[in-house]
Amino acid sequence: MTRRPGRPTLRVLLVGSLLAAVAAAGASCRPKSDGTAIQNKGSDTMVNVAQAWAEAYRKVAPEVYVEVSGGGSGTGIAALTAGTVHIANASRDVKPEEAEQVRRNTGLSPVDHKVGYDALAVYVHPNNPLKAITFEMLSGIYREDGPLVRWQQLGFSVPGCRSDEIVRVSRQSSSGTYDFFRERVLDKRDFKLGSRDLNGSKEVVELVATTPCAIGYSGMGYATPHVKMLNVARRAGEPAYPPTVEATWARAYPIARSLHMYTLGEPAGPIKAYLDWVLSPAGQRILQESGYVPVPPSGEARQ
Amino acid sequence: MTAPGPTRTGARPGRPFLSLAAERAMEAAIRLSGISAIVFVLAIFFFIFREAAPVLFSDEFKPLEFLFSVQWYPTSVVDIRYGTLALTAGTVGVTLVAMLLAVPFGLGAAVFVSEFCGPGMKESLKIVIELLAAIPSVVWGFVALTVISRLMVSYTSAPVGVNMLNGGIVLALMSVPIIVSIGEDALKAVPDSYREAALAMGATRWQLVVRVLIPAARNGLLAAVLLGVGRAVGETMAVLMATGHAVQIPHGLLDSVRTLTANIAAELGEAPAGSPHYRMLFLTGIQLFVLTFAVNLAADLAIRGVRRK
Repeated sequence: MTRRPGRPTLRVLLVGSLLAAVAAAGASCRPKSDGTAIQNKGSDTMVNVAQAWAEAYRKVAPEVYVEVSGGGSGTGIAALTAGTVHIANASRDVKPEEAEQVRRNTGLSPVDHKVGYDALAVYVHPNNPLKAITFEMLSGIYREDGPLVRWQQLGFSVPGCRSDEIVRVSRQSSSGTYDFFRERVLDKRDFKLGSRDLNGSKEVVELVATTPCAIGYSGMGYATPHVKMLNVARRAGEPAYPPTVEATWARAYPIARSLHMYTLGEPAGPIKAYLDWVLSPAGQRILQESGYVPVPPSGEARQ
Repeated sequence: MTAPGPTRTGARPGRPFLSLAAERAMEAAIRLSGISAIVFVLAIFFFIFREAAPVLFSDEFKPLEFLFSVQWYPTSVVDIRYGTLALTAGTVGVTLVAMLLAVPFGLGAAVFVSEFCGPGMKESLKIVIELLAAIPSVVWGFVALTVISRLMVSYTSAPVGVNMLNGGIVLALMSVPIIVSIGEDALKAVPDSYREAALAMGATRWQLVVRVLIPAARNGLLAAVLLGVGRAVGETMAVLMATGHAVQIPHGLLDSVRTLTANIAAELGEAPAGSPHYRMLFLTGIQLFVLTFAVNLAADLAIRGVRRK
């Protein structure tokens, strides 16, 4: 007697949940069916800002979907060669042999669009009397075989730093910033072990701000009033340049590199519209908010 | 739900087939959830091992370097090295510091709550301790980074506020609530007749606690400590933020360290899937597994030794 009514309810429930699942699956599939998709791949350094651009661009042009993935500059250029992406992100120039490869495979040349700069500042605590630093000193502090471990070795002590130890603040080994600093300053050699490897650009600046003994490197855009940025010279005797947007534009500041987006041939249609928007004040503001330096306003962005 | 009384024979007309089937199903479900713990542990071990295996059996893998070298350079351009000694030392060091702080406080608090304080205070203390257990680890990490770190720089000679002591303090704060609540349960489980007998023999309260209750509840107390250790070894987010994340063997309490868990959390997200670096990180996961297993086994053997005596 009690069995009968139980079964239909169960069946209704089952069918209902099945229908709901199908409906949910259908709903999640829908947004890809129309509109243009722009494939964008490459530099891990740029993947965050590229993602931010792609998201913001949805509001500008709802019918265009920009699909962003990382993998590294080389991966992006390889994908461009294979013709699987429309835009390749690279935090370095395309090498001549890579350009040749692209031409051979596709018949088109990679066209460079400079979209911004990645400039690293060297941060110390405001108590630190140091004003400028050379690559040689930075290598001595950060590189595996570097001899500098105490501030006294540089000829001064830092008020508030009782142990006199140089507290090296660095980034986790998978970050693009870590990679770039190693390549440019340490000449591709490894970091000395025992640095505090933090997981974000902002964290580096925050730790330096609270630690008188510390020195750290991070994007120029993360500066706060609680830290001091050092002027940087390639070698002793050469002028040290302050980490400013102007010095970066003039290619005088040594720990800076340009960020590129490469297309196959001159872009047209939605891709051109997207790149124009990236270089517009709105796009450049997003770049700046991600901690990078925008391209100069004069419009010499396209080399 | 179940019929009252001894009617297992099922002859009673009041027990329809559905109710019997439901009982069977319930029984099976309970049995299944009992076994599931074993299944899950084995499955987790299997999947982690599957990810790590290709590198474990490749020629590039150097077991001695992996276990006994401090050089952890997974993304080096010139010379990739995977040495985990410093990471193991970091995990062991932070856990030891945490336990040195948490075990006396935790067991002390458990004894106080269970034996010495009045019912009103007991209730409020238990609520506060449970509240302490509910704080998410990232909040603890934030406290470590902003509060403890600053105090440490101003009041000790520490060059930097994020270090092993900071991580140990935070982990202790996180494991004390576990030790207290499980330890208190263990003490409560000691039959009152033990207490009455001890008091009747003229034992003081202190003698009662040290000579009677703690020996009688030792299994439960050890379980409490072990769960605390487990929490400390496995904790990731808070130690990532509190320890400074530096690859080095600590020489003092105020040195920064990096733990196995924090290393996995920091690097796995950006290691390309299937790369040697990725597989090495899974291998450090197995290492962590073995480490906690060894701790549990040692404690188990210790208990058995105590029991035999």
